[in-house]
Amino acid sequence: MEAIIRVENLTHTYGENTPFCRSAVQNVNMEIMKGEFLGIIGHTGSGKSTLIQHLNGLLKPTGGRILLGGRDIWAEPKKIREVRFRVGLVFQYPEYQLFEETVYKDVAFGPRNMGLDGKEIDRRVRSAMAFAGLGGDLLEKSPFDLSGGQKRRVAIAGVIAMEPDVLILDEPSAGLDPAGRRSLLENIRRYHREKGTTVVMVSHSMDEVAENVDRIVVLANAGVVMSGTPHEVFSRARELIDVGLNVPQVTQVAMALARQGVDIDPAVYTVADLRAALLALKGGKR
Amino acid sequence: MSDIIKAEKLTFAYPPDEGKEPVQALKEIDLSIKQGSFVVILGHNGSGKSTLAKHMNAVLLPGGGKVRVDGMDTADESLLLEIRRRVGMVFQNPDNQIVANVVEEDVAFGPENLGIPTGEIQRRVSAALKAVGMEAFTLHAPHHLSGGQKQRIAIAGVIAMEPACIVLDESTAMLDPLGRREVLDTVKRLNREKGITIVLITHHMDEAAMADRVVVMDGGRVVMDGAPEEVLVRVEELQAIGLAAPHTVELLHGLRQDGFDVPLDALDIQACAGAIARALKTVEARD
Repeated sequence: MEAIIRVENLTHTYGENTPFCRSAVQNVNMEIMKGEFLGIIGHTGSGKSTLIQHLNGLLKPTGGRILLGGRDIWAEPKKIREVRFRVGLVFQYPEYQLFEETVYKDVAFGPRNMGLDGKEIDRRVRSAMAFAGLGGDLLEKSPFDLSGGQKRRVAIAGVIAMEPDVLILDEPSAGLDPAGRRSLLENIRRYHREKGTTVVMVSHSMDEVAENVDRIVVLANAGVVMSGTPHEVFSRARELIDVGLNVPQVTQVAMALARQGVDIDPAVYTVADLRAALLALKGGKR
Repeated sequence: MSDIIKAEKLTFAYPPDEGKEPVQALKEIDLSIKQGSFVVILGHNGSGKSTLAKHMNAVLLPGGGKVRVDGMDTADESLLLEIRRRVGMVFQNPDNQIVANVVEEDVAFGPENLGIPTGEIQRRVSAALKAVGMEAFTLHAPHHLSGGQKQRIAIAGVIAMEPACIVLDESTAMLDPLGRREVLDTVKRLNREKGITIVLITHHMDEAAMADRVVVMDGGRVVMDGAPEEVLVRVEELQAIGLAAPHTVELLHGLRQDGFDVPLDALDIQACAGAIARALKTVEARD
């Protein structure tokens, strides 16, 4: 697999030459592979949001660089707009950023800025609405008449409509109830599966990351401390707890069982896998 | 124990859009919350739980029925200050709750409005900041803090008013696991040590497990009400109304279908693991 984004020695210092000077990310090196579903986790203040705002050029590194498809995104600062079309960023609580009169116009805003023709814009709006799990009957409504969950989906559709090579979502399910969360994540998984594009999801819900992503990058204290499959990362439970994170509830149960002498993989992280492992143990005794 | 909050046949409807029927957000709710208890209210978005919370310190007034706070009718405007002094409210978004430029001033805002003497305010502010583990940030600017830290400042602002009851309306929804744990540990301690009543509105089922009592809302009504061990084990019913049982219960539920002899109500990690280990031993012994 080739890297679509490469982060090299990235440092970002806020408030340089002021008493509030603080490095939110320091010497970060990481790669985002083409087509992968990557999860980024870290506690509050670990540098997650600062990091992702560099990936589409919203923030400029104070040290190091970001390569997109092998090119430094700041090589030609005038072309940074193109980077923002190729790397779509959905902020936390994006529903507060809707502003148009109709859902259609709001979703069409990005593609229109890209200078696409009306027919192409129309195709993209409809396709993005479907990926975001929204019915076409909402297109002529005011976004402000929708429910909170629908508004968030409209905001996500607005970024998907730009058909970015990399879609980054910052805490997409924050504040949703369990059913809303499940259904939104299903939509994101389906988008990833069917479009085959790279998806990066920032989250601090271990359970959510465990159930959805191919690979996890763990940030702590302004740097990358771990990277690997969910199984690899959750097998280092002690270190995760030390950096203010946790492991999924299911992993905690498996760890407690292993401590009691049950012969079980302590890094198992879904209910279905733990259930299967226990059934095998029980069956094995018969 | 007396009731700090008592709703009787409480109904409420938000003003409808033009040409539409009003939607009843609350339908004849009867609910009493005992002084000193720790109650979690669960429900999907739109179930009415936040509307109910806003009735607990007269942010909203009943459309029908009554709400009493420590015996005081919330519809009586002359009692408003007393009611707000008894019940403090912490909301979801910390950015909407910070009013001052310095942390200690923000925390002092409530007690200042109550007309408390300066020396006493200083004592309360430092005690409140200590209670939420933010005393190191006394002179910091709130807008430089993280979301989780801001939320703890908002809670400190409520604690400084020394209320009998704190209502937290999804106040942990925007926090990371560490921030959540700190907030939850803080409210648990305030409940245990100071006897402050806690009403916690949340989507997180694991938070419900630590309460004395869990109230589940759906469609503007209370549909379940009981101890966590009674409510959180109703796996299918919870799913049917857009909620999910904790993963521990989901696992135990599955294992029972696989023929394991395990109880459903081993909610916390240790209890759950203990029950499974015992069931495995029984199988061994039988062989």
